[in-house]
Amino acid sequence: MRNLMDILDLSVEEIGELIDTAEDIIADGKKYSEVCRGKKLATLFFEPSTRTRLSFEAAMYELGGHVLGFSSADSSSTTKGESLADTVRAVGCYADIIAMRHPKEGAPVVAARTAGVPVINAGDGGHCHPTQTLADLLTIHREKGSFENLTIGLCGDLMFGRTVHSLIHAMSRYQGVKFVLISPEELRVPDYILTDVLEPLGIPYRETRSLEESIPELDILYMTRVQKERFFNEEDYVRLKDTYILAPEKLRSAKKDLCIMHPLPRVNEISTAVDDDPRACYFKQVLNGKYMRMALIMKLLEVKV
Amino acid sequence: MIIGEIRDGIVLDHITAGRCMEIYKVLHLDELDCTVAMIKNAESEKMGRKDIIKVGQVMDLDFDVLGYLDPGITVNIIRNGERVKREKLTLPRHIKGIIRCTNPRCITSSERGLVHEFKLTDPERRVYRCVYCESEAGRQE
Repeated sequence: MRNLMDILDLSVEEIGELIDTAEDIIADGKKYSEVCRGKKLATLFFEPSTRTRLSFEAAMYELGGHVLGFSSADSSSTTKGESLADTVRAVGCYADIIAMRHPKEGAPVVAARTAGVPVINAGDGGHCHPTQTLADLLTIHREKGSFENLTIGLCGDLMFGRTVHSLIHAMSRYQGVKFVLISPEELRVPDYILTDVLEPLGIPYRETRSLEESIPELDILYMTRVQKERFFNEEDYVRLKDTYILAPEKLRSAKKDLCIMHPLPRVNEISTAVDDDPRACYFKQVLNGKYMRMALIMKLLEVKV
Repeated sequence: MIIGEIRDGIVLDHITAGRCMEIYKVLHLDELDCTVAMIKNAESEKMGRKDIIKVGQVMDLDFDVLGYLDPGITVNIIRNGERVKREKLTLPRHIKGIIRCTNPRCITSSERGLVHEFKLTDPERRVYRCVYCESEAGRQE
């Protein structure tokens, strides 16, 4: 039985297979409409989410399966003091597969050890969000045709931005990738990403505070939101939240085939005036996320067309 | 200073000078009824100074704890006054219930009864990371 805790749980080959499945779903979705008939997905969302939860639910419905679950910790037995392990063990008796979001880092590992069914990490605090990375990877692959020889700019909250950490891990496995890490000093990418991931692999990277200076060299610009919920101190959040705002004038020096990405939700970091720019790919990511979640659910449930 | 030979027991040799009390506590040697001798700052050709612990009975030792705390320790098992086994420790790949994750955002900070676990991710730098949140453990230097 397989789980997905971290994007690195999937080999490069497996990611390639998921992309192939997602592309086939995009080409002929009808073929997949009954593959999960009789199967149930439990969505356990201990932290609010719109996109990810609905994406998982839409994915399961499009595979012909059913969905049960809850969308906030208030409606689970944790409010009665139940441990996470007990909650998940019980849910494992009802469902065939679990997608779980939890504010605590590592919570899905606890779930995977007790559930008895495959568990997908749908976001654990500031730690990992592997299915967002699957959405990102399909988007990059569709827009660029390959994962190789890309200069990727990551901008905003690189410290708590779990999607950023997962994407760096995932893209570090491909040839010719370079990273430009754009953030305020307080939200720099954690040192371990540099010392344990990029440096041992000899992957070129540059840390900078300036988005404007970096834009011309980028093939991909991955913007992130400064997340209010990750701050213990409101003052710090207010001071940092609008550090980077991508507006049309900043894109004048960008490559014509730049791919602008964002895991969403956005607040101010991408002006809505950018939405009509053909280089804006963030709503494509949303749709791609559903296709990759469909492919992932099939893989973990070991169902085939 | 003369510390008597032991007939059956364990000698923990090459302990980093100054760490014998910590090892004594972690191995719960205070709970034993047998003779336990601690030698601090003994002269050592190899180390300059070292600590030694002698325990007057053969007992099960948690090699993972010892390896994590002080991987240079040599464990000698003595029977009938003869050394019958000598083991050099290595860094354990996985440690459970020895150190705590201090990341307040980690599930270990809230989930009841969850044993703190770490895995060795960089043997050269002796880096252990929490198996749940991947935070780096406080280095034991």
